[in-house]
Amino acid sequence: MARFTGKKPKETPALNMGSMSDIIFMLLFFFMTITTMRESSLYVTIKVPKATETVKLEKKSLVSYINVGTPMQGEWQKKYGTDSRIQLNDQISEVSDIPLYVENEFQARIEADRPFVTFSIKADKDTKMGLISDIKQELRNTGAFKIFYNAAKSERNYN
Amino acid sequence: MSDISFLLLAFFLLVSNINTDQGIARRLPPPLPPTQEKKPEVKERNIFVVKINSKDRLLFNGEVGDIRDLKDRAKEFLGNPNNDDNLPEKIDMEIPLLGMMKISKGIISLQNDRGTSYDMYVAVQNELTAAINEMRNELSTEKFGRKYADLNDTQADAIDQAIPIAISEAEPTKVGENK
Repeated sequence: MARFTGKKPKETPALNMGSMSDIIFMLLFFFMTITTMRESSLYVTIKVPKATETVKLEKKSLVSYINVGTPMQGEWQKKYGTDSRIQLNDQISEVSDIPLYVENEFQARIEADRPFVTFSIKADKDTKMGLISDIKQELRNTGAFKIFYNAAKSERNYN
Repeated sequence: MSDISFLLLAFFLLVSNINTDQGIARRLPPPLPPTQEKKPEVKERNIFVVKINSKDRLLFNGEVGDIRDLKDRAKEFLGNPNNDDNLPEKIDMEIPLLGMMKISKGIISLQNDRGTSYDMYVAVQNELTAAINEMRNELSTEKFGRKYADLNDTQADAIDQAIPIAISEAEPTKVGENK
């Protein structure tokens, strides 16, 4: 009977750490698939306007960004002033630089994908439409017809 | 092993961002051929003019308007439910899956000033999109019993043909240029 009454102190068995790396790898793959790499850092401040009818920007690999906003405070404002400017890739550019940028973006994709390249205009809400119109005109003349106005999703305030 | 994968995980967490971009998609019209000078004639009843001035005020067909009314005005204009003589004509068109449909010839003409804020412009585009989306949803519920977003590609194409995004943008005015 000693077999049944013998009291051993109850210990929690040590966790088996062998499968931890599997779990971490799974997490890693999860994050790798759902995230996108951060593109070039922004030198202009952008607060996108709100909209209710937004759609998601599909196929990240076919999207090129055009950032519009006022240069960041400090060094950037000293260099470029406080007026709205365009940032293409990682430099502040002029409207006249857009055709070359579009051309480069087209060249970077295989030919079959080129008609589907979307140019996402990410502009600050206080930007004047004059600049945006100029950008749109350049895009239109260069053959980039698919555009996208970046906006933040919001709830409808009125009907 | 797990140390390495932890390191990789931390790296990916730092360099990546999860939030997907949202916004309004549009298609620009191809540039006009230089030989074409005359604008195509459009009947007055087929056009709904929305103007935004440099102070972000709105004008619908020459009357002062409010953005809160824009969606309903656009819907009424594009849908023309009572076949009003002042609202756009409709043409019959055979569309696969939908059959004979009456397609509105209405075009919303949008003109802004160079001094208009991007915020207001997007707000107006948003209202117009809302009007079109609502009409598409109504038609799709009537024809397929489902919301537009739940349709498959061919069905969505058919609805797109029946209710196109008929927004035309005019050259902006230059009142608020130097500000």
